[in-house]
Amino acid sequence: MRTFNQGGVHPPEYKLTADLAIERMPTPARLVILLSQHLGKPAKPIVGKGDKVKKGQLIGAADGFISSNIHAATSGTVHSLEERWPAPTGQYAPAIVIESDGTETWADGLNIDEEKPLELSREEKLKRISDAGIVGMGGAGFPTHVKLNPPKDKTIDTFILNGAECEPFLTPDYRLMLERPAEILKGLEIAASLFSKDTKIYIGIEENKPEAVKAMEKAAQGGPFTVVSLKTKYPQGCEKQLINTITGRTMKEGQLPFDVGALVHNVATMFALYEAVAKKRPLVERVLTLSGMEVKNRKNLIVTVGSLVKDVIEHTGGTTTEINQVIIGGPMMGKAQYTCDVPVTKTTSGILLINNTEIDSLRERPCVRCGKCISACPQGRQPWLLADLGQQRRLGDMPGCGLMDCMECGSCTYVCPARRNIVQWIKYGKAVNAARKR
Amino acid sequence: MAAEPDRLIVSYAPHLRSSDSIEKVMYTVAAALLPATAASIYYFGLRALFVTIVAVLSSVLFEFLMNKIRRREHLTCFDGSAVVTGLLLALNIPASLPYGMVILGSFIAIVITKELFGGLGYNPFNPVLVGRVFLLISFPVAMTHWPAPHVVDMVTAASPLGILKTDGVAAVSNLSFWQLFFGEIAGSMGETSSLAILLGAIVLFFRGYITLTIPLAFIGTTAMFTGIFYIADPARYASPLFHLMTGGLLLGAFFMATDWVTSPMTRRGQIIFGCGCGFLTGLIRLFGGYPEGVAFSILIMNAFVPLLDRWDLLSLKSKREVA
Repeated sequence: MRTFNQGGVHPPEYKLTADLAIERMPTPARLVILLSQHLGKPAKPIVGKGDKVKKGQLIGAADGFISSNIHAATSGTVHSLEERWPAPTGQYAPAIVIESDGTETWADGLNIDEEKPLELSREEKLKRISDAGIVGMGGAGFPTHVKLNPPKDKTIDTFILNGAECEPFLTPDYRLMLERPAEILKGLEIAASLFSKDTKIYIGIEENKPEAVKAMEKAAQGGPFTVVSLKTKYPQGCEKQLINTITGRTMKEGQLPFDVGALVHNVATMFALYEAVAKKRPLVERVLTLSGMEVKNRKNLIVTVGSLVKDVIEHTGGTTTEINQVIIGGPMMGKAQYTCDVPVTKTTSGILLINNTEIDSLRERPCVRCGKCISACPQGRQPWLLADLGQQRRLGDMPGCGLMDCMECGSCTYVCPARRNIVQWIKYGKAVNAARKR
Repeated sequence: MAAEPDRLIVSYAPHLRSSDSIEKVMYTVAAALLPATAASIYYFGLRALFVTIVAVLSSVLFEFLMNKIRRREHLTCFDGSAVVTGLLLALNIPASLPYGMVILGSFIAIVITKELFGGLGYNPFNPVLVGRVFLLISFPVAMTHWPAPHVVDMVTAASPLGILKTDGVAAVSNLSFWQLFFGEIAGSMGETSSLAILLGAIVLFFRGYITLTIPLAFIGTTAMFTGIFYIADPARYASPLFHLMTGGLLLGAFFMATDWVTSPMTRRGQIIFGCGCGFLTGLIRLFGGYPEGVAFSILIMNAFVPLLDRWDLLSLKSKREVA
């Protein structure tokens, strides 16, 4: 069974929502649409208070090269423009608040049926992707039209659909692969058609999802795709690890996927890309998993972007016992929230409600040099050393020890018996070093 | 139940942790030492049990006192590491050792070797072995006279390695393989029964708390070193099998050379560390002044650990591929 070349861990899978079909959550009466749902500069608001908007209408225009369009996720009235609204990143972001009129009327020219989306010109395809505000929906939120338009001197020969979904609890990509395999593959084909005809298209799925492998294999029959079953190991779904697993190529420190001739796209992104190109539908909703041990009704939901986390929790009926943590994303890389007023964004793949009984007693002990973090690190680094340097405030020494090579997958911290917050120290080192450079 | 919780705790990812903790690891190691402890009680009687209790209690007590003196906010004396130190110390000394010396051994191990260097995680040398070597050098007679197995009145006898050193190969030829395997010989409390040690080692291996790199390198090197001399002159040198199953080789290789804190963190370092331990053990046993050299060789190799780890870091840095 294929897997990446070094490190990795096996956290419990907790895919509690794997068998639950995707349901649609009604759009709440008020939406808070963040202008920064992507990597890069926040979008510029182009509507004012009191303006009538229609579903899919552009309300925030991409600002600069790495940025993305933001659209009204429903029809209604702009209630207010907020300077600071709590964002899932833990910081504040500007936001546009929309009161829904309940009709969900699409803006003109959107929600069409393109007969042959594959035969559109390259420029038209890229324009539709960019217009629709498609971003990487696996978590990073990198604008897809930028990713699909790499520098001219890079040759892309491998296109990979990331169906690994290695984070525990999360199942949105799995459900999409089961329920909408044809659309996902269409999207993938459209994206790959932007490159040379010889580009190989792989679909990587972890072997713990045999149903998804079957569904995708069936849908991929006769197409230019190769479905690859991957060994279940975290972080199989990280870009670098997936590229290594499928192509055998290793990305050096500071390299991007296109440097090794590969592009990786997430399942949800490809589904959104299909809708953007074939139906001219902007990215205004997404599938997410609401899960957790104490959750009454765990669900896979289509949620309108801009719904608040508390709306989603209310919709599903809350939890059976008191909880103390709300995580957006998966338990390995997700962010703990301090308020349930944060809205769902394009990159919200899951909301976890967790009763973490251990957290008050969790205490960092000194490193006992067991070396578990070294064998867990998928980047072949020495996480304990980075944490030591962070703790000793020798932050300038951290980049020399592979600081920027770390993608904060959390494997080291997961296995550490001394319960050290290794990733936390690494993030700290990255933040301070970035600030010093400026 | 309100749909929205009113008290949220913010913490960094990962929010999921494996169930391993210092406490769990240490008490598992302690449990893995129980077969050897049980064997020592079976062979050397209640006195062995008392020595074990004294060693464990004094270790935990010394750690507690050091916690207090160092004004530690959280006590570390119950995290299991002091219990392991006490258990291992007991297994490393003769069952006939006076209790005062046992307590002194705990003091050297916990206070001098571990706590004065900063506590768990910071000690460069294995606390148990420093305790043992300190006792051996200070009280050579008490430390090298072991009770014979199953003898109630504590008649002392020499260990097989001691006999080998003084009287040659012929004097130990009467010991059968099974006698050595089950541990029906004179020796330190936990060293005699190969079977009991291997049982514990299997537990640690399957829990993932030790890898076989160091033990195999260690034992393999000793076997090779003693084997070469055995093949050259079987009349003068004992067989490698005899060397493997006597003295502290197995206990040292599986339980003390593998100590996380005092062994290298990466495989290359671990192989060199293990081979070094094995070579020094063979050297001391065949040509040194002492009949047994496991404790000395592990301590000597402990001193090389920072160097070995640093070498790994430097070669990682020089290999560092930056695009």
